[in-house]
Amino acid sequence: MQPKTHDTKHHPAHEAHHEPGFWSKYVFSTDHKVIGVQYGVTALFFLLFGYGLMALMRWQIAYPNQPIPVFGGLLQGVLGDAASGGVMSADLYNAFGAMHGTIMVFLAIVPLAFGAFGNLIVPLQIGAPDMTFPRINMVSYQCYVVGGVIMLVSFIVPGGAAQAGWTSYSPLATIIPTNGQTYWLVGMIFLITSSLLGAVNFLATIIQLRAPGMNWMRLPFFVWAQFVTGFLLLLAFPPLEAAGVMQLMDKVLGTSFFLPTGLAVSGEFANISGGGSPLLWQHLFWFLGHPEVYVLILPAMGIVCEVIANNTRKPIWGYKSLVYSSLLIGFLSFIVWAHHMYLTGMGTKISTFFQTTTMIISIPSVIILTCFFISLWGGSIRFNTPMLFALAFRPMFGIGGLTGLPLGFNASDILLHDTYYVIAHFHYVVAPGTIFALFAGIYYWYPKVTGRMMNEALGKIHFWFSLIFMNLVFAPMFVQGMAGMLRRMSDGGAQYSSAVIGADAIGGLSDAIMKMNINVSAAAWLLGLAQIPFIINFFWSIKGGKKVTSDNPWDATTLEWQTPTPPPHGNFTKEPEVHRGPYEYSVPGHEKDFTPQTEK
Amino acid sequence: MEIPYVSKNRPDTGLYNAKLGIWLFLASEVMLFGALFSAYILLRVGADSGTWPHGLLSVPLGTINTLVLIGSSVTVVLSWAALKMNQFGRYKFYQAITILCALIFMGIKTVEYRSKFTHYTVQLQDGTKMDGHIDGSPMFLNLSKLQAKNVEEIKFHPDAPKGEKNAAHPEPQVIKTADIKSLQSWGPWHSTYLAIYFTLTGLHALHVLGGAFVIFMIWGPLSGMWKTDPTRYTNRVEVSGLFWHFVDLVWIFLFPVLYLL
Repeated sequence: MQPKTHDTKHHPAHEAHHEPGFWSKYVFSTDHKVIGVQYGVTALFFLLFGYGLMALMRWQIAYPNQPIPVFGGLLQGVLGDAASGGVMSADLYNAFGAMHGTIMVFLAIVPLAFGAFGNLIVPLQIGAPDMTFPRINMVSYQCYVVGGVIMLVSFIVPGGAAQAGWTSYSPLATIIPTNGQTYWLVGMIFLITSSLLGAVNFLATIIQLRAPGMNWMRLPFFVWAQFVTGFLLLLAFPPLEAAGVMQLMDKVLGTSFFLPTGLAVSGEFANISGGGSPLLWQHLFWFLGHPEVYVLILPAMGIVCEVIANNTRKPIWGYKSLVYSSLLIGFLSFIVWAHHMYLTGMGTKISTFFQTTTMIISIPSVIILTCFFISLWGGSIRFNTPMLFALAFRPMFGIGGLTGLPLGFNASDILLHDTYYVIAHFHYVVAPGTIFALFAGIYYWYPKVTGRMMNEALGKIHFWFSLIFMNLVFAPMFVQGMAGMLRRMSDGGAQYSSAVIGADAIGGLSDAIMKMNINVSAAAWLLGLAQIPFIINFFWSIKGGKKVTSDNPWDATTLEWQTPTPPPHGNFTKEPEVHRGPYEYSVPGHEKDFTPQTEK
Repeated sequence: MEIPYVSKNRPDTGLYNAKLGIWLFLASEVMLFGALFSAYILLRVGADSGTWPHGLLSVPLGTINTLVLIGSSVTVVLSWAALKMNQFGRYKFYQAITILCALIFMGIKTVEYRSKFTHYTVQLQDGTKMDGHIDGSPMFLNLSKLQAKNVEEIKFHPDAPKGEKNAAHPEPQVIKTADIKSLQSWGPWHSTYLAIYFTLTGLHALHVLGGAFVIFMIWGPLSGMWKTDPTRYTNRVEVSGLFWHFVDLVWIFLFPVLYLL
């Protein structure tokens, strides 16, 4: 028997509240579901924006110093001389590169994976009425928006946006003459504050607000993933906040935290007190930077786990291994950061330590991925859109993860460091990895939020073209990187091509390698077009999608499907009681192939 | 459904929500100050030998401030205990002392900061370098400001030579603006030591202000809750007290690191 769709208007608890106005309902809401949707929509906007920056950069890489068609004039109109004649200047390329990274990581993926999905799903899955601190939750979203607006504004300040890469290495970041870096730092402080408030809230919610019977080993893996993510954000972000404050002081107050004695700028000694340490910035940055990688991937793994269990109609294989592996990842991720710094000359002993921990952390990641693969064994798989994305996540993340190993060994990293190989590696993890998982999550939970399904046909078009073009974009970059093409070059490496420096010169980039730039760019633009079905689907389905006939359209077991659709304020009509684990599908002796957690 | 455990303890964790929340928040604060302390260590270890300054700060003032903060931590506990025993008047009294302590701390900190902002290093065109004060104790003066204001000369009071007790101050001297190569007050830009000093103590001072503000709000404007929901009110006092202890603890690390070592 399936629960019928509840009509939210007839809940007595709901009638006690008077209907809130537009502002308090949609803008200053403290309801976790509304905040989740706010996070989601804002983050999707930034995802598109971050893609747009890259799409323009890909023109400059493929056709260096030629005017950008269609958008060139617009760019010149908004940014002035930095794009004079519609040609992207090297400074603008640097700014777009730095902001692409910043926006994708801090304004798109993390807010989508943690802010949006975490907010929407975690309280529902643990049987809680809301987050523990609803008002702090609202402030967290507002800080995120303020941080995002500051980042956007930085594009049009004199000198342009930050240009020292998303890592903002000092002293470069401090001495580039633009206020954009100052905006970047202030924006980051807001974003970090937002994440910290969110993390405290998530952890407190998961620890305090689990429904009766929802003990730790009955938590869906998605909740576990968010739990570990919360700890990573809570403990890894503050050092970056400290570093941000110090770099801000270097920039604004003239201190020398990261500026060494004898620093020369444009051939003259800089007027500074000196005595600072550039390495200090890198340590503090990567102390956040590496846990951040797992902040990006763990929620994605959580989503994939939910979708797989639901669509294979069998329990997830190795639930406990998943839980312990994610905890181990969380712990180890704090002691691997310096594998980003092998080339800084910090010493071979330190490199060896970080190389060892880096190899160790791949073990729990492989365990998780293996569990997901074995879970398919003997399942009767439903190939719907969320499942397709969840299935594709595995090989994509697998490629991304395995190609990380040569970067973790400090001997091979010397050759590959700062090449396109690195770009290909981490994009395989984040783009066809995490983003695919996020798409899976959107298709999967959409009916819970709106009461309507997304269109399957459009979803499949979206999936297949995304899968093809993602690979056409990133696979060639491995080859380019191994051929020695460095990242962060505003002409796509043209000045080091054999065509320019002569065919006999050692280390020149061959014509074949250079030609890949054009292919990759074309694939990148087509990847953008492949998102159009998704955008149409996303908005059209709000009104035009197929209405769900029950509160549990996927026949799922977890608690978020045991609420009315969409869930009312306070989520549950009565306090849920949990009697069993999260993935009891196809339990022998039961008449249905799924047994909800609330069933006795 | 309403949010549970707002003021009552969850049986299996033994905590109400806000208490867990503040502990988690304090964990992140530990990482924030931990990063700054690590930065301090790295900068100090990395400094050229003999360049790390000693004895720039007034140990007596620092000691007084340490005692003031420790005292305020005691009164915070006493005020919470008073509430637990239903003695609202005593709570009001003790917490008033806490707020007073916070103000004294900030007052002393202001004096210390000011003494740095009015202290200068001047370098003349002939290469002589002097530390000292300028007549009238202006703050944040530098060469370009002097030139902008068309000041032709300053009266400079050089410091007594270091290391000699009871050494007489050298005679003040008049320095022409035209002779000055650089003039710098002892703000964070002066040296890496002062940079980390101002960052650490400045961030700590912000925490003192924030904590004192919250304690004051609960003590004054929001104290009506004692009548409507005494358990929750007492919890608020406890949670703000936990934060206050943390602020105190940070200072207990800051004092030896910056003043004594």
